[in-house]
Amino acid sequence: MLNYIWLGLVVVAVVIGGYTDHLKEVAEESFKMAESAVMKTALPLVGIMAMWLGVMRLAERAGLVALLARMMRPVMVWLFPEVPADHPAMGAMLLNMAASVLGLNNAATPLGLRAMKHLETLNPRPGVATNAMCTYLAINTSSIQLIPATAIAVLAAHKSTNPTAIVGTSIMATGCAAIAAVAAAKFLEKLPMYRLKPVPERGPGRSASNSADAPGDLGPQDQVSVAASPTALQ
Amino acid sequence: MAVFGAFFVFLLVRLILPGSSPSGHDTAFVRVVDAVSKLSIPFLLSVFPLYAALRGVKVYEEFVEGAKEGFDVSVKIIPYLVTILVAIGMFRAAGGINMISDALGSTMNAVGFPSDLLPMVLMRPLSGSGTLGMFTELVERCGPDSLVTRMGGTIYGSTETTFYVLAVYFGSVGIKKTRYAVLAGLTADLVGVVASVIICRIVFG
Repeated sequence: MLNYIWLGLVVVAVVIGGYTDHLKEVAEESFKMAESAVMKTALPLVGIMAMWLGVMRLAERAGLVALLARMMRPVMVWLFPEVPADHPAMGAMLLNMAASVLGLNNAATPLGLRAMKHLETLNPRPGVATNAMCTYLAINTSSIQLIPATAIAVLAAHKSTNPTAIVGTSIMATGCAAIAAVAAAKFLEKLPMYRLKPVPERGPGRSASNSADAPGDLGPQDQVSVAASPTALQ
Repeated sequence: MAVFGAFFVFLLVRLILPGSSPSGHDTAFVRVVDAVSKLSIPFLLSVFPLYAALRGVKVYEEFVEGAKEGFDVSVKIIPYLVTILVAIGMFRAAGGINMISDALGSTMNAVGFPSDLLPMVLMRPLSGSGTLGMFTELVERCGPDSLVTRMGGTIYGSTETTFYVLAVYFGSVGIKKTRYAVLAGLTADLVGVVASVIICRIVFG
């Protein structure tokens, strides 16, 4: 899907730009964004990342992350059935969500990336997103936060009589978005077009749907004999 | 540890008590959340190391060990970010968003969705700074206390820059095949927008 969206953005940009005589701006903007992706986003992240990963490491070593994960275990196991309940990814995802809820944006991203790294250790197919990753990303894009601080700041700067009026409506709307995110992820992962193919070199996959698709339950020894025969290797 | 905890409870109570905030009409709930988010970073930065030290962790050495990963992760996301941000930048510069907004405007008005919000909503999953600019413009055009502005603020607070989050999060672990993540993320954004408009109509309308 991302392939089509990306292609669509680029081609439509050039077509519209040509039609409205904005091609020069389109070209200039492409260079500007390429530069700012590195200079304004990725590089400033280095220091903040390093700091939060340091704090996170202390929390992990002290057993605080595992403690947090144990408290929220039922919810997390339901949300991410593919992830073992005691896996460090659970604690990392929880810390990231807690930071998002409180609106600590510069802490949330490093903690979230740490969680992605833990999730990747469970991924048998490098380069392909797992169900847990997709669910987690969907929750993240529903922007779970209690106080929409940026919007309030803009309203206050324009002399609104009651800038915090949007707090209640935002919490309700973001709750709807979070529920929709989880529902969409849980629904889409079951569609045939998004089902993960079984991983050949490791035998049947982890989840129930994968093992149902796999051609019989091969033990490790059976696999060795299949792989050794020249016809199976093609 | 207990003394330290009590110290933070004291700071929290001091921040929550009425009269401490500069603008007088904040609700109690807003003051509590505001106080918690103000204190949480100093809290995390001090309590985690203190607790770890009490559990026998060598805090300095382990902090350095964790911090080492920061550079790798940031460098790893660069190709993903450049790819997605260049496409978004080109689309934005061409005026694609305004063109779609103009085309859809009257239809959206007819179903009860203010067309003033359309450019901001279309920008939302693509660019955070672009959305902020459009929200500011909306506030200036429609007034800081109008229904449309409050809808816009609620939308801003309940949706996320999906494509940016996708590039950063998946890029950090080298995920190229994103499967249904885009679709699920955009669904969350769409539901957030629709819910914002409906809820604001009920609450402020």
